[in-house]
Amino acid sequence: MEFPLLSLIIWLPLVGALTVALIPKDNKQAIQTAAVATTVAGLGLGVWLFTGFKQGEAAMQMVEAYEWIPAIGARYIVGIDGISLFMVLLTLFMFPIAILASLGQIQDRLKAYAIFMLILESAILGAFCALDLLLFFFFWEAMLVPMYFLIAGWGGKRRVYAAIKFFLYTMLGSAFLLVAIFLLAWMHQKQTGSISFDLHSLLDLEIARSTQLWLFIAFSVSFAIKVPVFPLHTWLPDAHTEAPTAGSVVLAAVLLKLGTYGFLRYSIPLFPKATVELAGVLVVLGVIGIVYGAILCLKQSDIKRLVAYSSVSHLGFVVLGIFALTFQGIQGGLLQMLNHGVATGALFLLVGMIYERRHTREIDEFGGLASKMPVFAGLFLVTVFASIGLPGMGGFIGELLILAGTFLRNPWIAAAAATGVILAAVYLLWAYQRVFTGKIDNEENERLSDIGAKEILVVVPLVVLMLFVGFFPRYFLDRTEPSVRQVLTRVEEKGHYREPEIPDPVAAAEKPAGGDSHGGHGAMP
Amino acid sequence: MGKWVFLIPALPAAGAALLLMTRRIREPLAGWLATALVGGSFALSVAAALEVAKAHGDERRMVVSLGEWIAAGKFRAGFDFLVDPLSIVMILVVTGVGTLIHLYSIGYMHGDPRFSRFFAYLNLFAASMLVLVLGNNMILMFLGWEGVGLCSYLLISFWFEKDTAAAAGKKAFVTNRVGDFGFILGTLLLFANAGTLTILGGPGGGLLSAAPAMLTSGTITVATLLLFLGATGKSAQLPLLVWLPDAMEGPTPVSALIHAATMVTAGVYMIARLGPVFSAAPATMWVIATVGAITALVAATIALVQTDLKKVLAYSTISQLGFMFAAVGVGAFAMGIFHLVTHAFFKALLFLGAGSVMHAMNNTVDMRNFGALRKKMAVTWATWAVGWLAIVGIPPLAGFFSKDAILAADFEHGSAGKAIWLLLSLTAFLTSVYMSRATYLTFLGKARWSESEYHPHESPKTMTIPLIVLAGAAVLAGLLGVPKILPVLAHWLEPSVGEVHEPFGATQIVLLVIATVLAVAGIFVARAIWMGKNASERGDLLARLPGGASLYRFFENGWGIDPLYRLLFVKGGTAVAGALKWIDTKVIDGAVNGVARLVRGGGSEASKAQTGYVRNYALGVALGALLLIGGFVLVQIVTGG
Repeated sequence: MEFPLLSLIIWLPLVGALTVALIPKDNKQAIQTAAVATTVAGLGLGVWLFTGFKQGEAAMQMVEAYEWIPAIGARYIVGIDGISLFMVLLTLFMFPIAILASLGQIQDRLKAYAIFMLILESAILGAFCALDLLLFFFFWEAMLVPMYFLIAGWGGKRRVYAAIKFFLYTMLGSAFLLVAIFLLAWMHQKQTGSISFDLHSLLDLEIARSTQLWLFIAFSVSFAIKVPVFPLHTWLPDAHTEAPTAGSVVLAAVLLKLGTYGFLRYSIPLFPKATVELAGVLVVLGVIGIVYGAILCLKQSDIKRLVAYSSVSHLGFVVLGIFALTFQGIQGGLLQMLNHGVATGALFLLVGMIYERRHTREIDEFGGLASKMPVFAGLFLVTVFASIGLPGMGGFIGELLILAGTFLRNPWIAAAAATGVILAAVYLLWAYQRVFTGKIDNEENERLSDIGAKEILVVVPLVVLMLFVGFFPRYFLDRTEPSVRQVLTRVEEKGHYREPEIPDPVAAAEKPAGGDSHGGHGAMP
Repeated sequence: MGKWVFLIPALPAAGAALLLMTRRIREPLAGWLATALVGGSFALSVAAALEVAKAHGDERRMVVSLGEWIAAGKFRAGFDFLVDPLSIVMILVVTGVGTLIHLYSIGYMHGDPRFSRFFAYLNLFAASMLVLVLGNNMILMFLGWEGVGLCSYLLISFWFEKDTAAAAGKKAFVTNRVGDFGFILGTLLLFANAGTLTILGGPGGGLLSAAPAMLTSGTITVATLLLFLGATGKSAQLPLLVWLPDAMEGPTPVSALIHAATMVTAGVYMIARLGPVFSAAPATMWVIATVGAITALVAATIALVQTDLKKVLAYSTISQLGFMFAAVGVGAFAMGIFHLVTHAFFKALLFLGAGSVMHAMNNTVDMRNFGALRKKMAVTWATWAVGWLAIVGIPPLAGFFSKDAILAADFEHGSAGKAIWLLLSLTAFLTSVYMSRATYLTFLGKARWSESEYHPHESPKTMTIPLIVLAGAAVLAGLLGVPKILPVLAHWLEPSVGEVHEPFGATQIVLLVIATVLAVAGIFVARAIWMGKNASERGDLLARLPGGASLYRFFENGWGIDPLYRLLFVKGGTAVAGALKWIDTKVIDGAVNGVARLVRGGGSEASKAQTGYVRNYALGVALGALLLIGGFVLVQIVTGG
């Protein structure tokens, strides 16, 4: 038997949570050590996972399959492919950072906090690895509870409102999802005689077009809430703003990605016909999200809320890339999921640092901080540019591929999305200007001191990753490529769909005399 | 060509990385280190130039590949450098002028608390500019394109404690982003139809040959217009010229290097680089030439009424860039590049001269407070005079040859070309007037400053040596393009931009005479106004002419472009954002909360009582379920599943 690496990765944080549960709540040192050690060990396993991952394979790897609830055909199946690999790694990467960032910040009920964080990590990892729909749903729901308590227990002033809103929104989506999952299992029963939630078997089902449409909508509403796709986004600014720093980091970096991951893992492969028919709707919603989220950023007076709305805009790019249904678009979307996680995670960390010092996030309360906190300002600016998508940073590659993939489908949509690139520079640099430049005009800020070594250390790995992806995106793209190809091939075969073609370059001399056989009509309407 | 070419951008990039990461390297070491690294790049550029010179014909265009960068299906971009006569000219200018300005900055930035940070940014700029110039695909070029934009942002707002500096930096970046929008979409349109991002080489020979072959004339016109939008951003042409005057908030060496000699010429370079693509879109070419000529004239009129010495030079730069676009727009790529080179020398010289003046005058830039400085600053004055006569176009200085080459090229191109020639000739006259005005107000005439307040003095050697070298270049660079006799540059550029058609006969000689007469006339007009007995303290007699006052205000107001944009984009944008925020909170979220209120109306009592329960219950369920399933997996693993 192969070593059950994935199960170890998934369940290790839960073991950590149990360990923390056994520590007396006054022994804060031990609680911290246990939490940090667990997440760092998880990251170590992530490195192992990365090296063990076979590049060039489209199929699921490291699959583990066991009976789970035989009575209803539910099985415990986990595995990863190019699509989930980097989501798992991102989770393993962000959690130690989130935990380290909370050290010192969280004093109150530290034990419960650590337990919730670790349960959350297990649930997220499980959701990214699950290949049985019931198991996926189980992890999907399991995430809600710790996240709810993290917001409600350690959040800001309106935490209860935000937590309930988050919970209700997501539960609403879950209801759709659960019904659709059971419908699929039931169809499996009808077509093969046995009930099953196994994704692999469900992919073989013959589903009529109209049924596909309904099921696609049910799945996608649930995922769209998580992303969130306009107009289902209003839970996000509240949840993000009220959550404690680490909660916002995890929420932005990882949790939202489960929505876009769900599209790629479930909605599209299971319902290719519906995908082809409804992709246009999601493309349009994606573009609206990009522009709408960006414009709303301009009106935010709370810096954390601004970052939250920027997530709406950035995730709009991801949705757009995925549903452009082109190779470049999906590759870009996947890469952008990673980039957004890193850059927005870093922004939330940085906002948290200033909140710790001043206990406010109102932009107007600040101004001129760069002269008091040069290192902090420098790191903030680097992150801002990563978020803007400056070439040399990961965000650029992601957005560029998304725009390229979209352009091949529809140049006008790509043009509309590209305005988001302008707007991002406007709202982020304007926010930076108001917080960091000019003279200090608020006495409260006179006493500020720059961030310390520990805080720098928490952010630097993220900055390194932004630059690494920016210059060496092939590390990621090469590994996701086969799985993305597989998804697209499936849509092409089952959904009667053709990916837009890119012509082969032909030199001037080879052009047939007087002919116009080579392209020229490709992209312009 | 060896892989060592990558060192040309890598040396300053390493310098930037080092200076950004450690705070140990301080003044003056940081300055000398940064200068040495750019100097090293210059030496390597010379070596590359010699290697290209040794090759023949098409072999003069070499591609050096360092591996792949982005690969997604056919969307591919590598770390590939294109070393050819055109890029060689650019890297020589960038590293040559760059080294001098680094050196100058050691003196100029003396005592600044962020001295080493300044040199880190300058080095990063040099690296980015070199990537922009050498990149052999649109994406790598864009990496440099944005890199220089970043450095421009960082350096304009270098003294970020000043609100105006911070705002100017942001304005520059955002305006350039509007241009980038065009650059990206133009690139994608080329890619979607020609299937490649490579400029030269590879399947189909790269965009230079594939794009003209494969795109319909309509598509290629749209693609090149989009790219040109990018160029108007970077090179501050209409409609995106608004950022460059504000960019003068940055330290003066930055204005000289980035906002005069190198970065702002990137748009001109990009068009010359993609010459065959643009040439396949005649409609775009006319747009470029027209926009260039109109921008040249508009900027010159604004320069005429500025009181801030640096702003005069800023508008002058916009105007001179307009000349370059008017050249490349009629396919005279070699002339455009020729003027780019000479302008790099004399405009950098003028900016550094202005910096030297500011250095001597407690950072004053208002020319109304200058006058008679020539006695106090002999070297600055002498070198400034060279730059002044060069830009005005007095033979045999550099500007004379390069500007007249453009005028002649435009004159050749039919009646539309003659109209452009007319606009440019008028601009050349105005150029002479405003530059002479600046010269008279600053260096000549009576002193309008008090000895007690100001103690003007000559600048240190690190500052005057670059002035002298640049002055020498501004005298000699014209020799690169003496028509008929010595067309060195045009001949050199032939492998890159094609054969240069440069007739020389009676017509051209007449044109030369006209241009020279206009230049000299401009000097005399300026002298009459600003040196005469009636020269007022304000020195602006234009306002006293009939109807002059309103015209003066119109020019001073920058033709109302800035106020218009503020109304459209700042005010308009704020209004739209406000409306959307209302929709978001009242309509969308309002609906959500309304539904929630309805639901809660029934169950509020129950939920109050059970809050504690809910928490424990939910936690229990979650933990229990996870444990159950985890334990189950454990059993399966142990028993071998």
